[in-house]
This record gives sequence, C-alpha cells and structure tokens, in this order.
Amino acid sequence: MRFTVKTSAGLLAAALALTACGGTKGGDNDTASGNGGSGSCENVAIGYFGALTGPAANLGINIRNGVKLAVDKHNKDNADCKVDLKEYDSAGDPNQATGLATQAIGDDSVIGVVGPAFSGESETAGPIFAEGGLPTITASATNPTLADNGWDTFHRILGNDASQGPAAASYIQDVLKSKKVFVVDDASAYGKGLADIVNKTLGDTVGGTDTIQTGQTDFSATVTKIRDSGADAVFFGGYYAEAGLLVEQMRGAGVDATFVVADGVKDPGFIEAAGDAAEGTIITCPCLPPEESQDFFKAFQAAFDSAPATYSAEAYDAANVFLQGIDKGNTDRESLLKWVNSYEGDGITKKIKFDDKGEVENISVWAYKVENGKIVADQEIKTN
Amino acid sequence: MTFLLNNFVELTVTGLVLGAVYGLVALGYTLVYGVLQLINFAHSEVWMFGSFAAVWVTVAIGAGPDSGIAVAIGVLLLALLAAMVVSGAVALLIERVAYRRLIRLDAPKLVTLISAIGASFALAEIMGLRDRLAEALGLRDELNSYVRSARDNTRFLNPLETHGVFNIGRYTVSNVDIIIIVSALVMMVALDQFIRRTHTGRGIRAVAQDSEAAALMGVNRNRIIRATFLVGGVMAGAAALLYLMRFGVTRWNAGFLLGVKAFTAAVLGGIGNVRGALLGGFVLGLAENYGSALVGSEWRDVVAFLLLVVILLFRPSGLLGESLGRARA
Repeated sequence: MRFTVKTSAGLLAAALALTACGGTKGGDNDTASGNGGSGSCENVAIGYFGALTGPAANLGINIRNGVKLAVDKHNKDNADCKVDLKEYDSAGDPNQATGLATQAIGDDSVIGVVGPAFSGESETAGPIFAEGGLPTITASATNPTLADNGWDTFHRILGNDASQGPAAASYIQDVLKSKKVFVVDDASAYGKGLADIVNKTLGDTVGGTDTIQTGQTDFSATVTKIRDSGADAVFFGGYYAEAGLLVEQMRGAGVDATFVVADGVKDPGFIEAAGDAAEGTIITCPCLPPEESQDFFKAFQAAFDSAPATYSAEAYDAANVFLQGIDKGNTDRESLLKWVNSYEGDGITKKIKFDDKGEVENISVWAYKVENGKIVADQEIKTN
Repeated sequence: MTFLLNNFVELTVTGLVLGAVYGLVALGYTLVYGVLQLINFAHSEVWMFGSFAAVWVTVAIGAGPDSGIAVAIGVLLLALLAAMVVSGAVALLIERVAYRRLIRLDAPKLVTLISAIGASFALAEIMGLRDRLAEALGLRDELNSYVRSARDNTRFLNPLETHGVFNIGRYTVSNVDIIIIVSALVMMVALDQFIRRTHTGRGIRAVAQDSEAAALMGVNRNRIIRATFLVGGVMAGAAALLYLMRFGVTRWNAGFLLGVKAFTAAVLGGIGNVRGALLGGFVLGLAENYGSALVGSEWRDVVAFLLLVVILLFRPSGLLGESLGRARA
C-alpha cells in the first residue's frame, strides 16, 4: 500500500461539502489564471513527499504532521477554500521517489509539494519536479548541491549542510576543544556530504575516517578504528537508526569520545536504539528549538498528542508559503511557483525569502544535547 | 596494514562473535537445503521473530541491568526459551503454510522459492505493522510497550552487564564475547551429535540422501521434514538471543541482511553440511572484519563476497563440501 494517496477523512468530507469558492480573505482570488471559470480553490491540493514508512519514517512523519497542521488550520479558517493534502510516501528511498514524483506531476490538482524530505530522494525526484514545473519546498533535505542543479522549482526553507557542517565543526573545535576527531559517514547523499564538509573544515584535527552502510548493525571494525585513532570526538554523518547502534557499540567497547551528529539523528528513535549510550550526544540542527514558538507548540501538541519534533515547524512554514499563495489566487503551478520565488514574509522559524537558487536567507544553526533521555536545546552555534 | 596488525586480536574476536551468529542462522538454511534441496528464504524471518520474542520477555519481566546475577541468568534463560519456542513455531508455520502442499504436489523448485520469498515479506511486514494490528484489535494501549515504534529499532534490555574478563594484547575480551562463541560451539556439537546419533537424526540423513528409498524403508518423510524445520528454527532462536546480547537492538527488517550473510556462510562452508555452516560463519565474520580493516568499512561486503567467489572457484561445493546425506554415522 505504499503508493496509496491518503486523504484525511475530515478533509474529504469538507471537500464534498464544498460548493463554490469566492474567497473572502485574499480579495483578488477571481484573477486566478489557468482554471477557466471554475471556482479557484476547487480541486486544489498540496502534496507531502517523503518517508512515512521505512527505517527513517519518524523524520518524515514529523514533517507531514507540520504540513497537516498548516492545512487543517487553513481549511478551518477558510471554509470556502479547502485545500487537500496528498501524501506521497517514498519510504526515504531514492528509487521509489522517481515513480512517486511522476505520479504527483500527473495529478493536476497538486500545485505545490512540501518535500522531498531527504537529500537522496531529492536528487532523483528533483529533475522530474523541475520538468513538470511543480514548485517544491523542502523542509529537511540539507545536501548543498541540490540547489546547484538549476531546478527553478527547488526551494529549501532551512540552512543546508554548507552551514550545518561548518557549525558542527566549529562546535567540535571551539566548544568541545577537541584535539583529534574521527569522522564517520553512511555513504548517503546527506551523510557523506555532511561528513566531507566537516572533514574539510576541521583539516588536520581529523585523526581518521570510515564509511558504514545504511542497514548495517555490526560496527565492530569501525569501533576498533575509532579506538585505535585515540580520537576524543566522533562526528557521524547519517541517520538515527545507524547512529544509535554505532554509539551503543562505541560505549560498549569502552570508547568515551564525545559523539557529535547532525539533524538526521535528532529523533527519539535515536535514544530508543542507543539507550543510556545516547547521553551527552551533541546534535546540530539548522532548526529552531520548537519551544521558541509557543503558539505553534501548543497547537501541534493538541493536534497530534506529541510535541513538535525536528522540522515540524519548518514544514508548517513551508506549507503556509503555499497556502498563502493559494489564498491570493495562485491556483495553478505556474503562478504558485512565481509566488514562492518572490515570497517574502515572517514564518515561525525565520524570516522567509528565497534567493535565486531557492535557498532561504537567514539561517541559524543550533546545538542540541541528549540529557536524561531527552533531546534538549544547548546553544546557538556561532560560525565565523 | 599496520592497523590490521595492531588490532588483530580485537578484529578477530569481534569477527568470531559475528561469525558465530551467522553460523547458527546458517544451520537453518543448510538443514532445509540438505533435506529438501530448497533454499528457505523465510528463515531470516524465523530469526527475526525469535529476536522479538526475547525482547518481549525482558519487557514483560522488566528486569534491567541492575538486577542480581541470578535474576539475570534466569531472565536470559527464559528469553532463550521464548526465542527458541517462537522461532521453532514460526518455522513450523512456514513449513505448513508455504511449503507442505507444494512439496506434496511435487511443484517445481522455483515455485517453492517464490512461496518462500512471499512468506518472508509477509512475516516481516506483519512485524513492521504490529502497532496497527494491535490497534485493529483494540489493544493498542495495553500492548504499547510491545508494539511502539514498530518500524524502528527495538531495544533489548540486556539483564547481564557486559564486563571485561581477560586481556589479549590491547583488547579486553568480554563475558558476552565468550558466551556467544562458546554457546555457538556447544550448540554446533550438540546438533552434530543429534544428526549422527539419534533416531530422528538418522531419518534426516536418510531423507537427505534419497527420500524415496527412505520412505520405502519406513521413514516418515513428512515428520522428518517437520523435524528439520523445527531444529533449524530452534537454532535461529538461540542465535537471536546471542545477537541481541551483542548488538542490543532488533528491527522488523533486520532479518534481511543477516539472512543474506547467513546463507552466504552456509554456501561458504558447503551447503547441506552442518559443520560447514559454523565454519562458514566464522570465516565470513573474520573476512568482513579484516576486509574493513584493510580497505575501509564500505568495502567489507565486497571483500567478503570476493572471498566467497574465490573459494567457490576452487572448491565449488564449499569449504567442507560434504552434503548432509553423505555424512557418516
């Protein structure tokens, strides 16, 4: 059932009840192009594209929930302009992403997509979205090279690894004052990209590197290498499933170097896998601590019975960029793309404005720390 | 190279530990292949279910690492028993649902293979969707600690604390290392004796050698096939507990990679050969670790499978080569 496009029951009922859509909010909705004479909000949807199942599903579900909160809120406030949410569950797999992207392009009602969630799937799905002229805003894919492909549909609402990598490196250098660092990556577009940047930034302090595979469970050879190098900090570029196992086996083998990871690990699944071994782990993330925006925090908590997690807030912002555009009458892909490209406004995470390459201006990277089994904000990382 | 030499002991011990787990899982492949000339691709899921059984026992009892040594051993034995029972039961279930009718109808081997792959997917997904199954049954809240994060790593609270026992060079061999390697060897010897000396064991060898002739001599073929699946499953259950003691987590799809490795170990040692399975496991575990040390961890599978190809080029029937049917009593 991987390819099923789910529509929430509430939205479906609302869509059925929908009769006309004049728009009382935007005022100039009637100027919408492309849809002929029909109501401008009829049959309009935004998509969520990313993992809802698979090994890194939690990260995707956080993002989907952020999008869902924005759409539900919008539909509640604008009873005459209901926007559908369509979900494309890629399981985080670049190979599945191409088929799903084609599917999204083929569905004319989908005029904007939040996602793809991960860098690998963004690489394979990106050209298809660009070809189909379907604007995307990713709330989580942080590989810097994604913006260099000339896809005018690509937007990124958070800092990429070119900002996160140096931030992680400067934390290791300035805060941890590490003498020797061991760098591990998981060979993914995201993990390797990030590890390469950290490697380059740290230069001579890197005492060794190794590459693991996603899905691997035995890291004994890597742990031996870390111990042999005598490093006092280990940076791992990858996702929480492997990070949890790696740090658990490091601690099991008596390696007590500080474990530093990036946003792909910022998930309770990491602590579930690593247990006590997770304590003291430093996690960098170009995301604001969710508790910084109380209204969003409370609304999210009420809707999903859990606190907003990594990138929920960014996803909420991304969805709102689209939704505001739809309210202004941009109900086809072309005009919505123009809307996003020239968007300027305040989101809950930052002031949002995209540059020519689709990167957001105004980036801050935060360090988080695992304390008593919880991921808590540590400090904002200043890079020079 | 100097890295390999400096850390030779550590790489060897951790390689043997991993190899012991490969070897015990490989037994299931090798036994079924020996008797039915069939690769039971669903065997990795037999192992996976056993690992969850062991985890759930510790969840149900709630024993952590701080309980006394007697409690720890009791919990571990209970977890071992649960893993063996569940794995054995799942193996029998697979035999009943996916194979028995096909074998009776003498279906082509390829059909049975597809059936095995189907069973493997079905079992893995059932485990991965267990939270939704519980929800459908209305037991989501009651079973929360068993079904939460169904698609993620599930942690095994090892009641036995890992601690060093003695040093070889710079490496401290831990109690868990010793337990795993010794239990794998003991179970191997026990199984070997079981096949050689018992009535059922003789039946297994007879069916492996020539199932029609065995049937004419009064061996109940179906009973022997069931016994084979059961024994393979029980060994996988034991492997599941040992794996958890070392690696600490399991997952709905963890069986896949391990299954591929265990199957490789079975082929390496000579498929259909019980002793070969463990030897194959050890060789594969060591090759992976040495390979990682020599050329980087991303090459570990390349090195391991290159070794497999080279060995099979010179010894096409595997290291020990002898089939189950030809084993002497």
